[in-house]
Amino acid sequence: MSPAIAHVAAALLPGAADPTTSFPTPHLDYRALLPMLIVGGVATLGVLVEAFVPRGKRGITQTVLALGGLVAAMVAVVSNTSIRNITAEGAISVDGPTLFIQGTVIAVSIGALLLIADRALASDADFAAQAADVPGSAAEQASVRAGFVHTEVFPLAMFAVAGMLLFPAANDLITMFVGLEVLSLPLYLLAGMARRRRLLSQEAALKYFLLGAFSSAFFVYGMALVYGYAGSVKFADIATALSSSTHGDPLIIVGLALLGIALIFKLSGAPFHWWTPDVYQGAPTPITAFMAAGTKIAAFGALMRVLFVAFGGLSWDWRPIIWGVAIVTMVVGAVIGVTQTDVKRLLAYSSIAHAGFLLTAVGGITVGTADSESSVLFYLVAYGFMTIGAFAIVMLVRDADGEANHLSRWVGLGRRSPLIAGIFAFFLLAFAGLPPTSGLWAKVAVFKAAYEGGAAPLVIVGMLASAVTAYYYVRIIVLMFFQEPAVDGPTVLAPTVFTSAAVVIGVAATLVLGIVPQPLLDLAGKAVPFLR
Amino acid sequence: MTHAALHAAATLTPTMHTTGAFSFTWLLVVIPLTSATVLLLGGRRTNSWGHLLGVAAPVASFVLGLILFAQLIGKPASERSFDNHLFSWTFVGNFKAPANFQIDPLSISFVLLITGVGSLIHVYSVGYMAHDPGRRRFFAYMNLFVSAMLLLVLADNYLALYVGWEGVGLASYLLIGFWYHKPSARTAATKAFVVNRVGDFGLSLAVMLMFATFGSFTFTNVFGAAGSADHATMTAIGLLLLLGACAKSAQVPLQSWLGDAMEGPTPVSALIHAATMVTAGVYLVARSAPIFNVTPTARLAVTVVGAVTLLFGAIIGCAKDDIKKALAASTMSQIGYMMLAVGLGPAGYAFGIAHLLTHGFFKAGLFLGAGSVMHGMNDEVDMRRFGGLGKYMPWTFATFGLGYLAIIGFPGLSGWFTKDAIIEAAYHKGGTSGYLLGSAALVGVVLTAYYMTRVMLMTFFGEKRWAEDAHPHESPEVMKWPMVILAIGSVGLGYLLVLGSRFADFLAPVVGKAEDTAFKPIGLVGILTFVVMLAGIGVAYLQYGRRRVPAVAPVAGPLVVAARHDLLGDAFNESVFMRPGQYLTRLLVFFDYRGIDGFVNGFAAFIGGTSSRFRRVQTGFVRSYALSMFGGAVVLVAALLLVRG
Repeated sequence: MSPAIAHVAAALLPGAADPTTSFPTPHLDYRALLPMLIVGGVATLGVLVEAFVPRGKRGITQTVLALGGLVAAMVAVVSNTSIRNITAEGAISVDGPTLFIQGTVIAVSIGALLLIADRALASDADFAAQAADVPGSAAEQASVRAGFVHTEVFPLAMFAVAGMLLFPAANDLITMFVGLEVLSLPLYLLAGMARRRRLLSQEAALKYFLLGAFSSAFFVYGMALVYGYAGSVKFADIATALSSSTHGDPLIIVGLALLGIALIFKLSGAPFHWWTPDVYQGAPTPITAFMAAGTKIAAFGALMRVLFVAFGGLSWDWRPIIWGVAIVTMVVGAVIGVTQTDVKRLLAYSSIAHAGFLLTAVGGITVGTADSESSVLFYLVAYGFMTIGAFAIVMLVRDADGEANHLSRWVGLGRRSPLIAGIFAFFLLAFAGLPPTSGLWAKVAVFKAAYEGGAAPLVIVGMLASAVTAYYYVRIIVLMFFQEPAVDGPTVLAPTVFTSAAVVIGVAATLVLGIVPQPLLDLAGKAVPFLR
Repeated sequence: MTHAALHAAATLTPTMHTTGAFSFTWLLVVIPLTSATVLLLGGRRTNSWGHLLGVAAPVASFVLGLILFAQLIGKPASERSFDNHLFSWTFVGNFKAPANFQIDPLSISFVLLITGVGSLIHVYSVGYMAHDPGRRRFFAYMNLFVSAMLLLVLADNYLALYVGWEGVGLASYLLIGFWYHKPSARTAATKAFVVNRVGDFGLSLAVMLMFATFGSFTFTNVFGAAGSADHATMTAIGLLLLLGACAKSAQVPLQSWLGDAMEGPTPVSALIHAATMVTAGVYLVARSAPIFNVTPTARLAVTVVGAVTLLFGAIIGCAKDDIKKALAASTMSQIGYMMLAVGLGPAGYAFGIAHLLTHGFFKAGLFLGAGSVMHGMNDEVDMRRFGGLGKYMPWTFATFGLGYLAIIGFPGLSGWFTKDAIIEAAYHKGGTSGYLLGSAALVGVVLTAYYMTRVMLMTFFGEKRWAEDAHPHESPEVMKWPMVILAIGSVGLGYLLVLGSRFADFLAPVVGKAEDTAFKPIGLVGILTFVVMLAGIGVAYLQYGRRRVPAVAPVAGPLVVAARHDLLGDAFNESVFMRPGQYLTRLLVFFDYRGIDGFVNGFAAFIGGTSSRFRRVQTGFVRSYALSMFGGAVVLVAALLLVRG
């Protein structure tokens, strides 16, 4: 194999013929990379399916392919649990946190994909028949009449998953940037593909794209500055460079700040959260669920790796900043959420507040202590499952023209369909962190980690913010169960097998982790620390 | 207590791991639980055969219990403790409790009592509840009770014990309120529940305190460390355990619920509120022997509670005309004896438990007899409406009579062996306290003899004072035979247990043993006891045997009136706890409304206002978002540079 590569390299690279400057064969641990390879491969296959499989069979083919790919990737992750390996010439680190986050991303992606498949293939689909049609045009009506289905959502979602798998595993800045873009670009597209309220959806997509591009620019600029300081983009080299000089250079400080901004943008931390409510509201709900759960999980993985592995030596500098960001994020998510009237916007602010709670643990970290890292990992699992479940319920409550997202439409839902309203109430209680849900242990874990890391003020703000968020969750429960239903209330769609499966997975995970959290806490404890 | 005794109690038997039959210990609990589940979930479909399943379950547990007992006594005394490990019940971190069952001499004694007497009462219930539409539900609850009670006594840690403790409380609540169409039954069930909450709270605090102190719930770990722990902590644990025991065992000051609990069907009164559940408090103290052994204060409190209650119950018993309530008061009083005994420490544990076992037999027999009388008299409970029933119900009369002789401590019957032993032990304690406790026990003997003779005379002797439509008749066979078997136990069990200190030796590995446990029937105390007992009988005979019994309760002095009203227990609770509690509640509501709500609402208004102002910043214009992001970035970079200095 290696002579063959050398031969190709010799053909391609002029200088490679000279043995002294020969291009080194990158060492790839294929087994460690398998989950990413599977998902990327399946995404590519999905593109081919679009080209070669007849229109009528694409939906089912794509669904089977994508779900099968995710399950296979999950199996690969599980079989890799003992791997702790930096591979691909130091570009990718497959360690405990990587595997844990990859497993979590794949699990919530399976849930999200079930929702996507459900709403892509239904007769009253949530995705535009032909996204390129001008909203309200004759072409659009023609596409709808022709019954077009955008099965491209599957390969797009799979590419995003591939990005989410690479993002937290990246061990140098270039790879991380590639992961960031691979996960973001498909999401920009997917956000604009709603079938109803298309202008809102396209506006959301454009905003997401513009702001996302803006934040990517921060990342790249930060990367350049860091390279200027350390002479390398590899995390290990950055850490070495930091440890060998006692006095900080503004170059590395500003570089770290810019990188941090891009990452905080991805996980919806304030003051870079502006896109979140608009995009969550405008995007098709299955995509919102996918984004809310998957992106946040991957982004936290990446943030922790950058901060702990590359910039651990600067922890005394970035800790106060993370404190500030955590406080602002919690306050924004909690306070502005109070006056929201749209359920998807409300869940967006809820997700901002959760990002804040997670950041408390990151801010409380003394680099290298296992507790806080594992508490973040546990929180991400709990949060991911409840998010998928909650958005699945949002999809079911519908008016004649699509989802009934305005909260006034949810009044008295508990009387009409007690089961659906009850499950939603359960997820809301989980968001609020009440027993017997996983939300309780998640909050306990991160606050405990933050407190023990010396971030007591953060914990106090977190408690208060938590109380405020509980207000808006409980308000919905009161609305659903203790008020008279409207006469022309929304209908509740009978959930299909796909949606039911996603909801059941969400409920089961939230309840089981609420009652017996210890096994997962142990697992998260075994996954840390990051490989340096 | 002497050093030798302390030492004996401290060197507990090491626990063996299960082999052979002992690995099936868990079945004891699971069999009745399964049956209860089937009956409750099976619904009407199980109506026709539900009661048969309901009887089969405790009988199966009893047979298994016998096998385990036979195995246990086949082992040498030092190896009679077996753990049946099922799984580890882990919550979070090191907050875990093993789900283990433990067979040792103390728990097997209870297993045999619960399943043995329980089986007899289940059989009896087949006849007693034959015409009740809720019979299946009845058996389901009874099975649930048996299961929970077995869990309580088989647990090898305090957490599982607590689960069983709450389980029997639940079953008791359900069965007291079994005839929930009667308002009185509903009230009684609620009362029992509320009073028991007080005790449960005490027990739960004790369990938490143990975990905080020892980091474990298991008997082995707690008892192993009890000797070296802080003395004040151990006293606190002991007193909290006693609070739990007081409620469950209807001891003063938490005694008020037991009389009302007689609203439940009579087999319930016999099984739960006489033979087994109400003795759980005694079990708790005896099981926690290593804790009480190191804290004389808590032990003294136990003896005082026991002595007060034994008099308290006996006085109430003297004035009650309702046959079941008279027996309930008697139960309270007898448990007082047991409490007194176990409060004496190693000198009394074995006697307390022995009295518990014999009491289980004769009191269950008495209740079943009362039930049989009620069955024949259209559910009449007022003894002033009985009279002369001996001739009409010979079997009931005979079995009830043997139970009567046993409870008053007639020489040779089981109560004599076990109760006299307790009185002896109380005097043997020495000092003023020993003298006072012994005398209280002796006064209790007079009262017991008096009120039981009164019950006997008013029910089975004298002229008929029946209601007009009463046609007394002997109960069916299925009710008769359980009474007969219980009567045999009432006669012989004391001899079996106490003579030659068999039972004390058997229990010694668990609760320790005093040096001197030989039974001395013909001592000074024994003779004194016999004499005062005869005096009690005599007084009762003069009052109720020689004279006509009026059909309506006569006007009486203040003490009798108070005794008729449970010595004003309810009035006490109402004036000391309920009314001040209500005032306190109102006061708190006032403060909550004015103070706390004012603050909370103000905060909420502040947040709401801030929220509406802030949400306007979210303009929807991507240009302003980008600008805000840029502003945020500038602040962040500046802050980082500033931090760097």
